Amino acid sequence: MQIYKSGVVTDGVKHSMNPFCEIAVEEAVKLKEKKLIKEVVAVSCGPQQAQETIRTALAMGADRGIHVEVTGKDYEHLGPLQVSKIFAALAKKEEAQLVILGKQAIDDDCNQTGQMTAALLDWPQGTFASEVTLEGDKIKVVREIDGGLETIKINTPAVVTADLRLNTPRYATLPNIMKAKKKKIANMKPADLGVDVAPRLEVLKVEEPPQREAGVKVETVEDLVARLKDTGRI
Amino acid sequence: MANPLRREVVRLYKNLLYLGREYPQGSTYFRERLKASFMKNKDVTDPEKIKKLVAKGDFVIKELEAMYYLRKYRTLKKRYYDPEK
Repeated sequence: MQIYKSGVVTDGVKHSMNPFCEIAVEEAVKLKEKKLIKEVVAVSCGPQQAQETIRTALAMGADRGIHVEVTGKDYEHLGPLQVSKIFAALAKKEEAQLVILGKQAIDDDCNQTGQMTAALLDWPQGTFASEVTLEGDKIKVVREIDGGLETIKINTPAVVTADLRLNTPRYATLPNIMKAKKKKIANMKPADLGVDVAPRLEVLKVEEPPQREAGVKVETVEDLVARLKDTGRI
Repeated sequence: MANPLRREVVRLYKNLLYLGREYPQGSTYFRERLKASFMKNKDVTDPEKIKKLVAKGDFVIKELEAMYYLRKYRTLKKRYYDPEK
């Protein structure tokens, strides 16, 4: 991994679907297999390579894909705010009843896109979901929170973000990838959705964390006290 | 080899090869061993035996999928959920 002053170099690095989003796709496909939802649409925002991620989602069982093309400088500065604006616009356009995504992306660890999308749509949200049950026109979500588990019931349409223990995502095997080639991926730009992807944040610097210094072992309590005095700690 | 079984065996080989790309010890390592194990059985003609070997191959596919899932799960758990000791 190379770190330059303003970010991590990603050219030529193999990209794959965010693990939490894999869990989200799996949940959506499971709901469709239980015949509780009609259609699963997989969406990704980014350059050409994003299409491969959409293909993986189609191989897992999504019905069709939408690729929102964002390239170059726009892509470098693409963050949760811009993505959630895109998702909100798409959710309205597609008349979606449920938007389900990973709780956070493991490259930026923002944990904001789901929440922002719900806010922009003025929809309820069930975040950090470890269990999702559709009950009529409501959704029961069991959430993983610091103190344990919280169960809430929210109206649809809603946004749900997937946590690690929601399910076990299936592997996109070769025969499924082949079958998925017949499924359609629509192409569009953020401008087509009326979304402005101008950045609101500027990255000042990116650095590696400081090296952890080795600890020192001492033989006696007297030694320890002496050391602490030496280094000015006491 | 009987025709439909040949298709099964080729299908199995392709699927295993695809799965082997993510093998922890390297895809080349995996491919060499995959080819060797298929070549070892290339003279088997009894359809029952072939079906058994294909079933064994399908089992290996399931094992690999489980291993990949566990590896991902454990990485995420360690990174995000285990408190730093």
